[in-house]
Amino acid sequence: MSASALSGKNPRNTAGGSALALALYGAAAIAAVAAALAIPLSAYALNLLMQATTYAIAVLGLTIVLGYTGLINLAQAAFFGLGAYSVALGTTAFALPFWVALAIGVVLAAAAGAVLGLTSLRLGGHYLAMVTISFQTILTLVLTNWIALTRGPDGVPNIRRPVLLAESGPYLGLCIAVLFVVAWFVWRLKSTKLGRAMQAVRDNELAANVVGVDAYATKVAAFTLSALLGGFGGALFAGGFAYVSPDQFSFAESVVFLTMALLGGAAAPAGAVLGTGLLILLPEWLRFLKVIYLAVYGGAVILIMVFMPDGIWGYAMTLWRKLRHERPFDPGLIAPLALTRETARDDGSIILSVHRLSKHFGGLKAVDDVDLTIRRNTVHALIGPNGSGKTTLLNLLNGIVASTGGTITLEGVDVTGLPPYRRANRGLGRTFQNIRLFGAMSVLDNVMVGAERPHNAMPAGGLERHALAALDFVGIAARAGARVGSLSYGHQRLVEIARALAGSPKLLLLDEPGAGLNHVEKDELVRLLKRLKGHGLTIFIIDHDMAMVEQVAGHITVLNFGKRIADGAPSDVLRHPDVIAAYLGEERPALPRSHGAP
Amino acid sequence: MGFNLQLLFTGIGVGSIYALVALGFALIYRATNVVNFAQGDFAMLGAFAMVVLAIDLELPYWLSILITLALLIGFGALFNLCVYYPLRNRSFLPVIISTIGASILLENGVLAAYGPRPQSLDSIFSIPGFSIGEIFFDSQYIVILFVTVVMVALQYVFFERTLLGKKMQATSQDKEMASLLGIPVMGMIMITFMYSAVLGGIAGVLVAPVLFVTVGMGSSIALKAFAACIIGGFGDVTGAIVGGIALGVIETFGSAYVSVPYKDAFAFLVLFVFLLVRPQGIFGERISEKA
Repeated sequence: MSASALSGKNPRNTAGGSALALALYGAAAIAAVAAALAIPLSAYALNLLMQATTYAIAVLGLTIVLGYTGLINLAQAAFFGLGAYSVALGTTAFALPFWVALAIGVVLAAAAGAVLGLTSLRLGGHYLAMVTISFQTILTLVLTNWIALTRGPDGVPNIRRPVLLAESGPYLGLCIAVLFVVAWFVWRLKSTKLGRAMQAVRDNELAANVVGVDAYATKVAAFTLSALLGGFGGALFAGGFAYVSPDQFSFAESVVFLTMALLGGAAAPAGAVLGTGLLILLPEWLRFLKVIYLAVYGGAVILIMVFMPDGIWGYAMTLWRKLRHERPFDPGLIAPLALTRETARDDGSIILSVHRLSKHFGGLKAVDDVDLTIRRNTVHALIGPNGSGKTTLLNLLNGIVASTGGTITLEGVDVTGLPPYRRANRGLGRTFQNIRLFGAMSVLDNVMVGAERPHNAMPAGGLERHALAALDFVGIAARAGARVGSLSYGHQRLVEIARALAGSPKLLLLDEPGAGLNHVEKDELVRLLKRLKGHGLTIFIIDHDMAMVEQVAGHITVLNFGKRIADGAPSDVLRHPDVIAAYLGEERPALPRSHGAP
Repeated sequence: MGFNLQLLFTGIGVGSIYALVALGFALIYRATNVVNFAQGDFAMLGAFAMVVLAIDLELPYWLSILITLALLIGFGALFNLCVYYPLRNRSFLPVIISTIGASILLENGVLAAYGPRPQSLDSIFSIPGFSIGEIFFDSQYIVILFVTVVMVALQYVFFERTLLGKKMQATSQDKEMASLLGIPVMGMIMITFMYSAVLGGIAGVLVAPVLFVTVGMGSSIALKAFAACIIGGFGDVTGAIVGGIALGVIETFGSAYVSVPYKDAFAFLVLFVFLLVRPQGIFGERISEKA
């Protein structure tokens, strides 16, 4: 989903800006609730508004799951129905107070969402589509057929409201107040640790894992929150209409919810409210479409996807950004980056050791019985011809690929079985050969995702300063407010390095950081690597540029056909006959200099 | 015993319908890495086209079938151009949503044009079936089974023995590489959509005499077919068939021995169990993203 992220703001203005925004927002909320209480509305208008507000709460759930996290949920009507039936049956058959029934509904919906998420979110996106449709179908079957409990297709009448809010005006006031609170919460969520993790997972799940985000837990959290808001909206809906029946919570309604989120713009709460309002009011305005209005919905979904993938609100925000004069980002005074958590140790002790590591893809031995020792505060290069297993070895080291055999020990701890994000939390940073950034997020947000590690505890506001310091270290703090997609290739590489640095790694794995860079950029990269070593970092680097490797590396390991063929000081390794044979195909006294691999 | 055998036969018959639609899913998924949520609606369109041609226009049955399939070839092309092609370079989510939109558009478009009353279509055979012992063999189910087997065989020959088939396989495995080798990738995807629309249409034509022809018939079959794909292993042709037939049998026995109203729930319960225990399906392999 190519959702739009808010453009980066000047960090020093955010606190004051959000206090003003909160005050204005609060005033608008109070005014809206007061209007609902004071203005006498027709029963028709009350119903319409009640439907719009309660639906909007459920659609805000989709903002979290679809817009922030990039997951599909085709069962929002089912979660909505769980909330609605809890209030319906709770206040009638079980004679519970409204608030108790509402709480049960919210908890039930969230629990159902958590269970669905836990079972299906390890798998790809289309599985989730299928699982949510299945859940939706089963819930509709249960609501229709478990007549003893749900009263079947006849539905549940005479649902009660809370004692003090029995009149429609005050009840609508309650719904509006809840909507304002929920929308504020969803908006704020975007710039919390969890919210940034969600967006990172949406933009690049693999990279999110590698920089230390538990993508699975993040997705389950997003899905659960979404279901919770669905249940909340449904519970209020049941109180508003005093009658519910199974057909109100069918698959078709789930599609309507989805369309609302997409039409308005899934990436922002304002889009959810806008989309809901439009799709509640449009059918009323377009009564002449009665027979084909769902067909028009379907057509609209395709058109939105093709022409306006960010929805109306997203489209408006893009226009707004284009029209607005872009100010250069002023990072202010940046403190130097505190790189490692421990005093730099130059004692040559082992930071990572690999014993008999193997990875077989069917019959292909991509990595074959490799031993490797990386010593603290060195630059250790891994070279070898194309297809010799270098990237696979790196993938094994940070856990993207599970090994076939062997062990990996990081600072004396066996990490062989740990998922990538837990290795990141133990101080393993990484960049990719083909850059993997969070494309829709700002440069600063990208680096902040990298900075948010448990060992990296920051004082309030410190996170942003730390991320800026990391950007400053690689020399691009001035671009912190830009979207990463707008940066040059070389700058994107630097953002990726800054993102890894912000997590305070002890060992940094760099996969061909020089690939695609011009001479000037390469020289800068070499200086950067030397500075990193000077700060006590250990670097494990893959590259084809021998000139660069010779400039920075203190130790070289050579792979060929998945096997280690040489290991030691650069001068020895590059003269090793096997290495020369691997690169040139025959024995010759020449060194493979600066041409890279043949 | 006879009762159980009868159930087994019916289950396999129902299951082969799922298998036929699941084949279409597997094909499009392999060619585009996208799940087409309107696959079932191809079957619905096929069934409605038969109703219009054979009943309303009183054309001969076989001619109606030919026209229906020809219409669906064109429709598959149109579908590709409108629903998939504009989004081909985006992630899977917009494409999935777009096919869901197409499904809603198709179902409600037909609903608006033809009304909600279920239609029925006679079988091409005058004999409803025959009995061996206590078991009644419905002729339509036999045809469905037969056609499924033939389509699978044809598909095998096509993919393994013809150049076009190999080009399509190459496209599905690596679009970039295929296009570098001079294979017209977009053309291959176009053919895939046309072919899977025809597969859906065949399913619709075959199912119409067994079920009522309604606008929702396609999506309810498609959901089961989709579940069949997951159970069999996504994108795997053998898996689609085995999964489809297994679901048909489970569902038939479930509604006979457990509960009729919850008939539709069995498929999904089996699906949940698979997702928990063996998410890659019976024949599937786990695929991981390339770093």
